[in-house]
Amino acid sequence: MPRPLTFTAGLVALALLLTFPLVFTLPYPRDVMIRIFLYATLATAWNVLAGYCGQISLGHAVFFGTGAYTSTVLVKSLGLTPWAGMLAGAALAVALSQVIGYPVFRLRGHYFAIATIAVGEIVQTFMINWDWVGGARGLFIPIDRTGSLLAFQFRDKQVYYYIALGLLLLALWVTRRIERSRTGYYFRAIREDQDAAASLGIPVARYKQRAMAVSAALTALGGTFYAQYILFIDPESVLPLSLSILICLIAVLGGVGTLWGPLIGAAILVPLGEATRIYLGGTGKAIDLLIYGFLIMVISVVQPGGIMALAQRGRRRTG
Amino acid sequence: MSADALGGTALEARGLDVLYGDYQILWDVSFRARRGEVVAILGPNGSGKSTLMNTLSGLVRARSGEISLGDRRIESLPPHKIVGLGLAHVLERRRLFPYLTVRQNLLLGAYHPGARARREETLADVEALFPHLRERQTQMAGTLSGGEQQMVAIGRGLMARPALLMVDEPFLGLAPRVIEQIAEVLTAINRERGITVVFIEQNVELALRMAHRGYILESGRAILEGPSADLLASSEVKRIFLGH
Repeated sequence: MPRPLTFTAGLVALALLLTFPLVFTLPYPRDVMIRIFLYATLATAWNVLAGYCGQISLGHAVFFGTGAYTSTVLVKSLGLTPWAGMLAGAALAVALSQVIGYPVFRLRGHYFAIATIAVGEIVQTFMINWDWVGGARGLFIPIDRTGSLLAFQFRDKQVYYYIALGLLLLALWVTRRIERSRTGYYFRAIREDQDAAASLGIPVARYKQRAMAVSAALTALGGTFYAQYILFIDPESVLPLSLSILICLIAVLGGVGTLWGPLIGAAILVPLGEATRIYLGGTGKAIDLLIYGFLIMVISVVQPGGIMALAQRGRRRTG
Repeated sequence: MSADALGGTALEARGLDVLYGDYQILWDVSFRARRGEVVAILGPNGSGKSTLMNTLSGLVRARSGEISLGDRRIESLPPHKIVGLGLAHVLERRRLFPYLTVRQNLLLGAYHPGARARREETLADVEALFPHLRERQTQMAGTLSGGEQQMVAIGRGLMARPALLMVDEPFLGLAPRVIEQIAEVLTAINRERGITVVFIEQNVELALRMAHRGYILESGRAILEGPSADLLASSEVKRIFLGH
Protein backbone atom coordinates (compact mmCIF):
# COMPACT_ATOMS: atom_id res chain seq x y z
CA MET A 1 0.00 0.00 0.00
CA PRO A 2 1.38 3.45 -0.83
CA ARG A 3 2.42 4.83 2.51
CA PRO A 4 2.20 8.59 1.76
CA LEU A 5 -1.48 8.12 0.92
CA THR A 6 -2.25 6.57 4.32
CA PHE A 7 -0.29 9.33 5.98
CA THR A 8 -2.24 12.02 4.12
CA ALA A 9 -5.52 10.30 4.94
CA GLY A 10 -4.52 10.23 8.60
CA LEU A 11 -3.71 13.95 8.58
CA VAL A 12 -7.04 14.78 6.93
CA ALA A 13 -8.92 12.65 9.47
CA LEU A 14 -7.08 14.32 12.32
CA ALA A 15 -7.83 17.80 10.88
CA LEU A 16 -11.52 16.88 10.60
CA LEU A 17 -11.59 15.64 14.19
CA LEU A 18 -9.87 18.79 15.42
CA THR A 19 -12.35 21.08 13.66
CA PHE A 20 -15.43 19.01 14.61
CA PRO A 21 -16.27 20.95 17.80
CA LEU A 22 -15.91 24.24 15.91
CA VAL A 23 -18.61 23.18 13.46
CA PHE A 24 -20.85 21.27 15.88
CA THR A 25 -21.29 23.70 18.72
CA LEU A 26 -24.24 21.98 20.41
CA PRO A 27 -23.38 19.84 23.45
CA TYR A 28 -25.01 16.64 22.19
CA PRO A 29 -22.91 15.81 19.11
CA ARG A 30 -19.83 16.74 21.08
CA ASP A 31 -20.92 14.41 23.88
CA VAL A 32 -21.35 11.53 21.45
CA MET A 33 -17.88 12.14 20.03
CA ILE A 34 -16.37 12.40 23.52
CA ARG A 35 -17.87 9.05 24.43
CA ILE A 36 -16.63 7.50 21.21
CA PHE A 37 -13.12 8.70 22.08
CA LEU A 38 -13.41 7.49 25.67
CA TYR A 39 -14.67 4.01 24.78
CA ALA A 40 -12.20 3.75 21.91
CA THR A 41 -9.42 4.57 24.39
CA LEU A 42 -10.64 1.89 26.79
CA ALA A 43 -11.02 -0.71 24.04
CA THR A 44 -7.59 0.16 22.63
CA ALA A 45 -6.10 -0.29 26.10
CA TRP A 46 -7.89 -3.62 26.51
CA ASN A 47 -6.65 -4.64 23.07
CA VAL A 48 -3.01 -4.43 24.21
CA LEU A 49 -3.60 -7.25 26.67
CA ALA A 50 -6.34 -9.20 24.91
CA GLY A 51 -5.73 -8.50 21.22
CA TYR A 52 -1.95 -8.65 21.10
CA CYS A 53 -1.10 -10.82 24.10
CA GLY A 54 -4.21 -13.01 23.85
CA GLN A 55 -5.36 -12.70 27.47
CA ILE A 56 -9.10 -11.98 27.42
CA SER A 57 -9.88 -9.90 30.49
CA LEU A 58 -13.46 -9.31 31.56
CA GLY A 59 -12.46 -7.30 34.58
CA HIS A 60 -11.07 -4.13 33.09
CA ALA A 61 -13.65 -2.01 34.92
CA VAL A 62 -11.36 -2.51 37.93
CA PHE A 63 -8.68 -0.35 36.31
CA PHE A 64 -11.23 2.16 35.07
CA GLY A 65 -12.60 2.42 38.60
CA THR A 66 -9.08 2.69 40.02
CA GLY A 67 -8.44 5.74 37.84
CA ALA A 68 -11.79 7.31 38.70
CA TYR A 69 -11.57 6.69 42.44
CA THR A 70 -7.89 7.59 42.87
CA SER A 71 -8.12 11.06 41.32
CA THR A 72 -11.46 11.74 43.02
CA VAL A 73 -10.28 10.72 46.48
CA LEU A 74 -7.10 12.74 46.04
CA VAL A 75 -8.96 15.86 44.97
CA LYS A 76 -11.45 15.52 47.81
CA SER A 77 -9.06 14.70 50.62
CA LEU A 78 -5.89 16.55 49.60
CA GLY A 79 -7.15 19.03 47.01
CA LEU A 80 -4.69 17.54 44.55
CA THR A 81 -5.26 18.47 40.91
CA PRO A 82 -6.95 15.64 38.98
CA TRP A 83 -4.14 15.81 36.44
CA ALA A 84 -1.77 14.54 39.11
CA GLY A 85 -4.55 12.26 40.32
CA MET A 86 -4.75 10.85 36.81
CA LEU A 87 -1.08 9.85 36.93
CA ALA A 88 -1.46 8.52 40.46
CA GLY A 89 -4.49 6.51 39.31
CA ALA A 90 -2.50 5.04 36.42
CA ALA A 91 0.36 4.17 38.78
CA LEU A 92 -2.00 2.53 41.26
CA ALA A 93 -3.71 0.63 38.43
CA VAL A 94 -0.32 -0.69 37.31
CA ALA A 95 0.48 -1.83 40.85
CA LEU A 96 -2.95 -3.40 41.21
CA SER A 97 -2.66 -5.10 37.82
CA GLN A 98 0.57 -6.77 38.91
CA VAL A 99 -1.00 -8.02 42.14
CA ILE A 100 -4.05 -9.32 40.28
CA GLY A 101 -1.99 -10.72 37.43
CA TYR A 102 0.30 -12.79 39.60
CA PRO A 103 -2.31 -15.40 40.56
CA VAL A 104 -4.71 -14.91 37.65
CA PHE A 105 -2.13 -15.41 34.88
CA ARG A 106 -1.62 -18.95 36.10
CA LEU A 107 -4.94 -19.67 34.45
CA ARG A 108 -5.41 -19.91 30.72
CA GLY A 109 -8.13 -19.21 28.17
CA HIS A 110 -11.64 -19.30 29.53
CA TYR A 111 -10.43 -19.84 33.07
CA PHE A 112 -8.43 -16.64 32.91
CA ALA A 113 -11.48 -14.74 31.64
CA ILE A 114 -13.67 -16.19 34.39
CA ALA A 115 -11.12 -15.29 37.06
CA THR A 116 -11.02 -11.68 35.83
CA ILE A 117 -14.81 -11.51 36.14
CA ALA A 118 -14.49 -12.72 39.72
CA VAL A 119 -11.82 -10.11 40.50
CA GLY A 120 -14.06 -7.40 39.03
CA GLU A 121 -16.99 -8.49 41.17
CA ILE A 122 -14.86 -8.66 44.30
CA VAL A 123 -13.53 -5.14 43.76
CA GLN A 124 -17.00 -3.75 43.08
CA THR A 125 -18.45 -5.39 46.20
CA PHE A 126 -15.51 -4.14 48.22
CA MET A 127 -16.04 -0.55 47.04
CA ILE A 128 -19.79 -0.71 47.71
CA ASN A 129 -18.98 -1.54 51.33
CA TRP A 130 -16.08 0.84 51.84
CA ASP A 131 -17.66 3.89 53.47
CA TRP A 132 -14.56 6.08 53.45
CA VAL A 133 -14.79 6.30 49.64
CA GLY A 134 -18.53 6.83 49.65
CA GLY A 135 -19.63 3.21 49.62
CA ALA A 136 -22.69 2.54 47.52
CA ARG A 137 -23.64 6.26 47.59
CA GLY A 138 -20.61 7.19 45.53
CA LEU A 139 -18.60 10.40 45.45
CA PHE A 140 -19.33 13.85 44.07
CA ILE A 141 -16.39 15.76 42.74
CA PRO A 142 -16.57 19.24 44.33
CA ILE A 143 -17.47 21.88 41.76
CA ASP A 144 -14.59 24.20 41.07
CA ARG A 145 -15.44 27.86 40.64
CA THR A 146 -11.97 29.22 39.90
CA GLY A 147 -12.07 28.04 36.29
CA SER A 148 -8.46 26.98 36.56
CA LEU A 149 -7.17 24.51 34.00
CA LEU A 150 -5.67 22.55 36.89
CA ALA A 151 -9.14 21.79 38.24
CA PHE A 152 -9.91 19.64 35.17
CA GLN A 153 -13.50 20.93 35.03
CA PHE A 154 -14.89 22.78 32.07
CA ARG A 155 -18.18 24.39 31.33
CA ASP A 156 -17.59 23.91 27.62
CA LYS A 157 -17.51 20.37 26.28
CA GLN A 158 -14.98 21.48 23.70
CA VAL A 159 -12.13 21.17 26.19
CA TYR A 160 -13.25 17.67 27.24
CA TYR A 161 -13.45 16.84 23.56
CA TYR A 162 -9.80 17.66 22.99
CA ILE A 163 -8.68 15.90 26.16
CA ALA A 164 -10.55 12.73 25.18
CA LEU A 165 -9.10 12.92 21.68
CA GLY A 166 -5.67 13.34 23.24
CA LEU A 167 -6.16 10.23 25.39
CA LEU A 168 -7.24 8.24 22.36
CA LEU A 169 -4.23 9.37 20.35
CA LEU A 170 -1.98 8.43 23.27
CA ALA A 171 -3.51 4.94 23.46
CA LEU A 172 -3.16 4.47 19.69
CA TRP A 173 0.42 5.72 19.75
CA VAL A 174 1.36 3.35 22.58
CA THR A 175 -0.28 0.45 20.71
CA ARG A 176 1.58 1.37 17.54
CA ARG A 177 4.87 1.48 19.39
CA ILE A 178 4.21 -1.93 20.97
CA GLU A 179 3.03 -3.40 17.69
CA ARG A 180 6.37 -2.61 16.07
CA SER A 181 8.58 -3.45 19.01
CA ARG A 182 10.23 -6.68 20.03
CA THR A 183 7.88 -6.79 23.00
CA GLY A 184 4.96 -6.72 20.56
CA TYR A 185 6.29 -9.84 18.86
CA TYR A 186 6.63 -11.61 22.20
CA PHE A 187 3.02 -10.65 22.98
CA ARG A 188 1.83 -12.13 19.70
CA ALA A 189 3.95 -15.24 20.19
CA ILE A 190 2.30 -15.77 23.60
CA ARG A 191 -1.12 -15.20 22.04
CA GLU A 192 -0.56 -17.72 19.27
CA ASP A 193 1.06 -20.45 21.30
CA GLN A 194 2.02 -19.92 24.89
CA ASP A 195 3.91 -23.20 25.26
CA ALA A 196 5.92 -22.65 22.12
CA ALA A 197 6.77 -19.14 23.32
CA ALA A 198 7.93 -20.56 26.66
CA SER A 199 9.99 -23.24 24.92
CA LEU A 200 11.82 -20.50 23.00
CA GLY A 201 12.82 -18.90 26.24
CA ILE A 202 10.30 -16.07 26.33
CA PRO A 203 9.41 -15.46 30.00
CA VAL A 204 5.69 -15.74 29.39
CA ALA A 205 4.54 -14.62 32.85
CA ARG A 206 6.70 -11.50 32.74
CA TYR A 207 5.40 -10.39 29.33
CA LYS A 208 1.79 -11.02 30.28
CA GLN A 209 2.33 -8.81 33.32
CA ARG A 210 3.81 -6.12 31.09
CA ALA A 211 0.85 -6.21 28.72
CA MET A 212 -1.46 -6.04 31.73
CA ALA A 213 0.44 -3.04 33.16
CA VAL A 214 0.23 -1.01 29.94
CA SER A 215 -3.41 -1.92 29.50
CA ALA A 216 -4.30 -1.06 33.10
CA ALA A 217 -2.51 2.31 33.00
CA LEU A 218 -4.30 3.47 29.84
CA THR A 219 -7.66 2.26 31.17
CA ALA A 220 -7.12 4.17 34.43
CA LEU A 221 -6.47 7.40 32.50
CA GLY A 222 -9.91 6.94 30.96
CA GLY A 223 -11.36 6.41 34.44
CA THR A 224 -10.09 9.75 35.72
CA PHE A 225 -11.35 11.46 32.59
CA TYR A 226 -14.78 9.95 33.15
CA ALA A 227 -14.88 11.10 36.78
CA GLN A 228 -13.99 14.67 35.79
CA TYR A 229 -16.45 14.65 32.92
CA ILE A 230 -19.47 13.37 34.87
CA LEU A 231 -18.33 14.74 38.27
CA PHE A 232 -19.98 11.84 40.08
CA ILE A 233 -18.78 8.28 40.49
CA ASP A 234 -20.13 5.26 42.31
CA PRO A 235 -19.38 1.54 42.11
CA GLU A 236 -22.39 1.04 39.84
CA SER A 237 -21.13 3.48 37.21
CA VAL A 238 -17.35 2.89 37.17
CA LEU A 239 -16.95 -0.74 38.32
CA PRO A 240 -19.75 -2.78 36.76
CA LEU A 241 -19.24 -6.03 34.89
CA SER A 242 -21.29 -4.52 32.07
CA LEU A 243 -18.54 -1.95 31.49
CA SER A 244 -15.87 -4.67 31.31
CA ILE A 245 -17.99 -6.54 28.79
CA LEU A 246 -18.74 -3.42 26.75
CA ILE A 247 -15.01 -2.67 26.45
CA CYS A 248 -14.41 -6.22 25.22
CA LEU A 249 -17.39 -6.08 22.87
CA ILE A 250 -16.24 -2.84 21.22
CA ALA A 251 -12.78 -4.24 20.54
CA VAL A 252 -14.07 -7.60 19.34
CA LEU A 253 -16.59 -5.98 17.03
CA GLY A 254 -13.99 -3.64 15.55
CA GLY A 255 -11.31 -6.30 15.29
CA VAL A 256 -9.01 -7.55 18.08
CA GLY A 257 -5.29 -7.48 17.60
CA THR A 258 -5.45 -4.60 15.14
CA LEU A 259 -4.52 -0.99 15.76
CA TRP A 260 -7.70 0.59 14.43
CA GLY A 261 -10.21 -2.12 15.34
CA PRO A 262 -11.19 -0.76 18.79
CA LEU A 263 -11.68 2.75 17.41
CA ILE A 264 -13.86 1.46 14.60
CA GLY A 265 -15.84 -0.63 17.08
CA ALA A 266 -16.46 2.41 19.30
CA ALA A 267 -17.36 4.57 16.30
CA ILE A 268 -20.06 2.04 15.42
CA LEU A 269 -21.32 0.87 18.82
CA VAL A 270 -21.61 4.20 20.63
CA PRO A 271 -23.77 5.89 17.93
CA LEU A 272 -25.68 2.64 17.49
CA GLY A 273 -26.52 2.64 21.20
CA GLU A 274 -27.58 6.28 20.91
CA ALA A 275 -29.71 5.72 17.83
CA THR A 276 -31.60 2.75 19.24
CA ARG A 277 -32.11 4.68 22.49
CA ILE A 278 -33.42 7.81 20.73
CA TYR A 279 -35.65 6.17 18.18
CA LEU A 280 -36.78 3.09 20.11
CA GLY A 281 -36.23 4.00 23.75
CA GLY A 282 -38.91 5.40 26.01
CA THR A 283 -41.34 2.58 25.35
CA GLY A 284 -40.53 1.28 28.78
CA LYS A 285 -40.06 -2.17 27.32
CA ALA A 286 -36.32 -1.93 26.62
CA ILE A 287 -36.91 -2.44 22.90
CA ASP A 288 -33.88 -0.28 22.18
CA LEU A 289 -31.65 -2.67 24.11
CA LEU A 290 -33.19 -5.67 22.35
CA ILE A 291 -32.46 -4.14 18.95
CA TYR A 292 -29.00 -3.08 20.10
CA GLY A 293 -28.24 -6.62 21.20
CA PHE A 294 -29.67 -8.02 18.03
CA LEU A 295 -27.50 -5.77 15.84
CA ILE A 296 -24.42 -6.84 17.78
CA MET A 297 -25.35 -10.46 17.16
CA VAL A 298 -25.80 -9.79 13.44
CA ILE A 299 -22.38 -8.18 13.18
CA SER A 300 -20.67 -11.01 15.05
CA VAL A 301 -22.36 -13.70 12.98
CA VAL A 302 -21.70 -12.01 9.63
CA GLN A 303 -18.19 -10.87 10.46
CA PRO A 304 -16.64 -12.83 13.35
CA GLY A 305 -13.20 -11.35 12.68
CA GLY A 306 -14.52 -7.86 13.33
CA ILE A 307 -14.92 -4.91 11.01
CA MET A 308 -11.16 -4.76 10.44
CA ALA A 309 -11.21 -8.26 8.96
CA LEU A 310 -13.82 -7.06 6.49
CA ALA A 311 -11.68 -4.05 5.59
CA GLN A 312 -8.57 -6.19 5.17
CA ARG A 313 -10.41 -8.66 3.00
CA GLY A 314 -11.68 -5.82 0.81
CA ARG A 315 -8.18 -4.45 0.46
CA ARG A 316 -6.78 -7.82 -0.50
CA ARG A 317 -9.43 -8.21 -3.14
CA THR A 318 -8.83 -4.81 -4.72
CA GLY A 319 -5.03 -4.84 -4.29
CA MET B 1 31.84 -40.06 15.63
CA SER B 2 32.38 -43.00 17.88
CA ALA B 3 30.96 -42.99 21.36
CA ASP B 4 34.45 -43.06 22.93
CA ALA B 5 35.44 -39.76 21.35
CA LEU B 6 32.56 -37.98 23.04
CA GLY B 7 32.97 -35.40 25.76
CA GLY B 8 31.57 -35.05 29.27
CA THR B 9 27.96 -34.92 30.32
CA ALA B 10 25.84 -32.34 28.52
CA LEU B 11 22.54 -33.12 30.20
CA GLU B 12 21.74 -35.50 32.98
CA ALA B 13 18.61 -36.36 34.91
CA ARG B 14 18.36 -38.67 37.89
CA GLY B 15 15.32 -40.23 39.50
CA LEU B 16 12.61 -38.14 37.85
CA ASP B 17 9.09 -38.64 39.16
CA VAL B 18 6.53 -36.58 37.24
CA LEU B 19 2.82 -36.37 38.03
CA TYR B 20 -0.06 -34.60 36.35
CA GLY B 21 -2.30 -34.05 39.34
CA ASP B 22 -2.47 -37.44 41.03
CA TYR B 23 -1.59 -39.35 37.91
CA GLN B 24 2.04 -40.41 37.74
CA ILE B 25 3.56 -40.26 34.26
CA LEU B 26 7.25 -40.87 34.92
CA TRP B 27 8.61 -43.25 37.51
CA ASP B 28 12.21 -42.82 38.63
CA VAL B 29 13.52 -42.02 35.15
CA SER B 30 17.19 -41.29 34.64
CA PHE B 31 18.67 -39.89 31.47
CA ARG B 32 22.04 -38.77 30.21
CA ALA B 33 23.37 -37.16 27.03
CA ARG B 34 27.08 -36.60 26.53
CA ARG B 35 28.52 -33.63 24.68
CA GLY B 36 28.39 -34.14 20.92
CA GLU B 37 26.11 -37.13 21.18
CA VAL B 38 22.88 -37.89 19.33
CA VAL B 39 20.42 -39.57 21.69
CA ALA B 40 17.06 -41.05 20.72
CA ILE B 41 14.17 -41.42 23.13
CA LEU B 42 11.95 -44.28 22.02
CA GLY B 43 8.80 -45.86 23.25
CA PRO B 44 5.21 -46.59 22.42
CA ASN B 45 2.44 -43.98 22.63
CA GLY B 46 1.78 -42.75 26.13
CA SER B 47 5.05 -44.08 27.50
CA GLY B 48 6.12 -40.61 28.71
CA LYS B 49 8.61 -39.55 26.03
CA SER B 50 7.25 -36.03 25.58
CA THR B 51 6.75 -35.62 29.31
CA LEU B 52 10.39 -36.53 29.86
CA MET B 53 11.49 -33.94 27.30
CA ASN B 54 9.15 -31.29 28.71
CA THR B 55 10.54 -31.96 32.16
CA LEU B 56 14.12 -31.66 30.94
CA SER B 57 13.39 -28.25 29.39
CA GLY B 58 11.49 -26.99 32.43
CA LEU B 59 8.03 -26.80 30.86
CA VAL B 60 6.86 -29.45 33.31
CA ARG B 61 8.06 -29.64 36.92
CA ALA B 62 9.21 -32.93 38.36
CA ARG B 63 7.85 -33.96 41.76
CA SER B 64 11.28 -35.26 42.62
CA GLY B 65 14.61 -35.89 40.94
CA GLU B 66 17.57 -33.87 39.73
CA ILE B 67 18.40 -32.38 36.35
CA SER B 68 21.79 -30.89 35.46
CA LEU B 69 22.82 -29.07 32.32
CA GLY B 70 26.61 -29.23 32.21
CA ASP B 71 27.48 -28.56 35.85
CA ARG B 72 24.38 -26.42 36.60
CA ARG B 73 21.37 -27.81 38.43
CA ILE B 74 18.29 -26.72 36.48
CA GLU B 75 15.32 -28.65 37.86
CA SER B 76 13.97 -25.59 39.64
CA LEU B 77 14.71 -23.02 36.94
CA PRO B 78 11.96 -21.58 34.71
CA PRO B 79 12.13 -22.53 31.01
CA HIS B 80 13.41 -19.15 29.82
CA LYS B 81 16.46 -19.42 32.09
CA ILE B 82 17.13 -22.93 30.82
CA VAL B 83 17.06 -21.75 27.21
CA GLY B 84 19.56 -19.07 28.18
CA LEU B 85 21.88 -21.78 29.50
CA GLY B 86 21.99 -23.46 26.10
CA LEU B 87 19.17 -25.98 25.95
CA ALA B 88 16.67 -25.45 23.12
CA HIS B 89 13.50 -27.50 22.84
CA VAL B 90 11.50 -27.93 19.63
CA LEU B 91 8.02 -28.98 20.69
CA GLU B 92 5.93 -31.80 19.31
CA ARG B 93 3.82 -30.81 16.31
CA ARG B 94 6.18 -27.89 15.72
CA ARG B 95 3.99 -25.27 17.37
CA LEU B 96 4.89 -22.40 15.05
CA PHE B 97 3.16 -19.04 15.35
CA PRO B 98 0.93 -19.52 12.29
CA TYR B 99 0.09 -15.87 11.65
CA LEU B 100 3.65 -14.64 11.87
CA THR B 101 6.03 -14.90 8.93
CA VAL B 102 8.82 -17.45 8.65
CA ARG B 103 11.38 -14.75 9.39
CA GLN B 104 9.44 -13.51 12.44
CA ASN B 105 9.13 -17.07 13.75
CA LEU B 106 12.86 -17.56 13.42
CA LEU B 107 13.74 -14.26 15.07
CA LEU B 108 11.50 -15.08 18.02
CA GLY B 109 13.82 -18.01 18.71
CA ALA B 110 16.62 -15.60 19.58
CA TYR B 111 15.15 -14.38 22.84
CA HIS B 112 17.88 -14.56 25.43
CA PRO B 113 20.43 -11.72 25.38
CA GLY B 114 23.35 -13.87 24.23
CA ALA B 115 21.41 -15.09 21.21
CA ARG B 116 19.88 -11.70 20.49
CA ALA B 117 23.24 -10.00 20.14
CA ARG B 118 24.30 -12.43 17.41
CA ARG B 119 20.90 -12.75 15.82
CA GLU B 120 21.78 -11.78 12.25
CA GLU B 121 24.77 -14.08 12.21
CA THR B 122 22.70 -17.02 13.52
CA LEU B 123 19.92 -16.26 11.08
CA ALA B 124 22.36 -16.44 8.15
CA ASP B 125 23.65 -19.72 9.54
CA VAL B 126 20.16 -21.19 9.89
CA GLU B 127 19.21 -20.05 6.42
CA ALA B 128 22.33 -21.69 5.07
CA LEU B 129 21.18 -24.90 6.71
CA PHE B 130 17.68 -24.52 5.26
CA PRO B 131 18.15 -22.56 2.01
CA HIS B 132 14.50 -23.12 1.27
CA LEU B 133 13.42 -20.95 4.20
CA ARG B 134 15.08 -17.88 2.76
CA GLU B 135 12.74 -18.02 -0.23
CA ARG B 136 9.78 -18.31 2.13
CA GLN B 137 10.85 -15.68 4.63
CA THR B 138 7.84 -13.36 4.20
CA GLN B 139 5.28 -16.15 4.01
CA MET B 140 3.04 -16.85 6.99
CA ALA B 141 4.30 -19.93 8.79
CA GLY B 142 0.82 -21.50 8.91
CA THR B 143 0.75 -21.72 5.12
CA LEU B 144 3.90 -23.84 4.78
CA SER B 145 3.96 -27.58 4.15
CA GLY B 146 4.57 -29.91 7.08
CA GLY B 147 8.22 -30.46 6.18
CA GLU B 148 8.86 -26.75 5.78
CA GLN B 149 7.18 -26.08 9.10
CA GLN B 150 9.43 -28.63 10.77
CA MET B 151 12.44 -26.86 9.25
CA VAL B 152 11.22 -23.54 10.65
CA ALA B 153 10.67 -25.17 14.05
CA ILE B 154 14.19 -26.63 14.11
CA GLY B 155 15.60 -23.37 12.75
CA ARG B 156 13.76 -21.45 15.46
CA GLY B 157 15.32 -23.75 18.07
CA LEU B 158 18.77 -23.15 16.62
CA MET B 159 18.25 -19.38 16.80
CA ALA B 160 18.82 -19.66 20.55
CA ARG B 161 22.40 -20.84 19.77
CA PRO B 162 21.97 -23.94 21.94
CA ALA B 163 24.67 -26.37 22.97
CA LEU B 164 21.95 -29.00 23.13
CA LEU B 165 18.92 -29.24 20.88
CA MET B 166 15.92 -31.36 21.82
CA VAL B 167 13.41 -32.18 19.11
CA ASP B 168 10.12 -33.87 19.92
CA GLU B 169 9.03 -36.12 17.03
CA PRO B 170 10.81 -34.33 14.19
CA PHE B 171 9.40 -36.73 11.59
CA LEU B 172 5.79 -36.73 12.68
CA GLY B 173 3.46 -36.78 9.70
CA LEU B 174 6.13 -36.17 7.08
CA ALA B 175 6.67 -37.81 3.70
CA PRO B 176 9.61 -40.29 3.49
CA ARG B 177 11.65 -37.99 1.26
CA VAL B 178 11.20 -35.09 3.68
CA ILE B 179 12.10 -37.35 6.60
CA GLU B 180 15.44 -38.02 4.88
CA GLN B 181 16.07 -34.28 4.51
CA ILE B 182 15.28 -33.52 8.13
CA ALA B 183 17.38 -36.47 9.29
CA GLU B 184 20.32 -35.18 7.25
CA VAL B 185 19.97 -31.72 8.72
CA LEU B 186 19.84 -33.04 12.29
CA THR B 187 22.97 -35.11 11.60
CA ALA B 188 24.67 -32.06 10.10
CA ILE B 189 23.74 -29.95 13.12
CA ASN B 190 25.41 -32.54 15.31
CA ARG B 191 28.52 -33.27 13.20
CA GLU B 192 29.32 -29.87 11.76
CA ARG B 193 28.18 -27.60 14.54
CA GLY B 194 28.94 -29.89 17.45
CA ILE B 195 25.49 -29.51 18.94
CA THR B 196 24.25 -32.35 21.13
CA VAL B 197 20.94 -33.61 19.75
CA VAL B 198 18.20 -35.41 21.67
CA PHE B 199 15.11 -36.48 19.78
CA ILE B 200 11.95 -38.51 20.14
CA GLU B 201 10.89 -40.91 17.45
CA GLN B 202 8.50 -43.83 17.09
CA ASN B 203 10.31 -45.51 14.23
CA VAL B 204 13.00 -47.61 15.94
CA GLU B 205 15.07 -48.40 12.87
CA LEU B 206 15.24 -44.83 11.67
CA ALA B 207 15.93 -43.44 15.14
CA LEU B 208 18.71 -45.87 15.99
CA ARG B 209 20.29 -45.39 12.57
CA MET B 210 20.67 -41.69 13.40
CA ALA B 211 21.47 -41.88 17.10
CA HIS B 212 24.59 -42.94 18.95
CA ARG B 213 22.53 -44.11 21.86
CA GLY B 214 18.92 -44.65 22.76
CA TYR B 215 16.56 -44.78 25.72
CA ILE B 216 13.46 -46.90 25.67
CA LEU B 217 10.49 -45.90 27.78
CA GLU B 218 7.57 -48.08 28.59
CA SER B 219 4.67 -47.04 30.82
CA GLY B 220 6.67 -44.18 32.29
CA ARG B 221 9.81 -46.17 33.11
CA ALA B 222 13.14 -46.13 31.30
CA ILE B 223 13.46 -49.85 30.84
CA LEU B 224 16.38 -50.02 28.47
CA GLU B 225 19.32 -47.85 27.52
CA GLY B 226 22.41 -48.36 25.42
CA PRO B 227 24.32 -47.88 22.17
CA SER B 228 22.13 -48.01 19.09
CA ALA B 229 23.63 -51.22 17.76
CA ASP B 230 22.96 -53.07 21.02
CA LEU B 231 19.38 -51.86 21.14
CA LEU B 232 18.76 -52.86 17.53
CA ALA B 233 19.90 -56.36 18.36
CA SER B 234 17.99 -56.57 21.61
CA SER B 235 15.15 -59.04 21.93
CA GLU B 236 13.50 -56.74 24.48
CA VAL B 237 13.20 -54.01 21.81
CA LYS B 238 11.63 -56.49 19.45
CA ARG B 239 9.17 -57.47 22.15
CA ILE B 240 8.10 -53.88 22.86
CA PHE B 241 7.87 -52.57 19.33
CA LEU B 242 7.01 -55.61 17.31
CA GLY B 243 5.14 -57.62 19.89
CA HIS B 244 7.34 -60.70 19.34
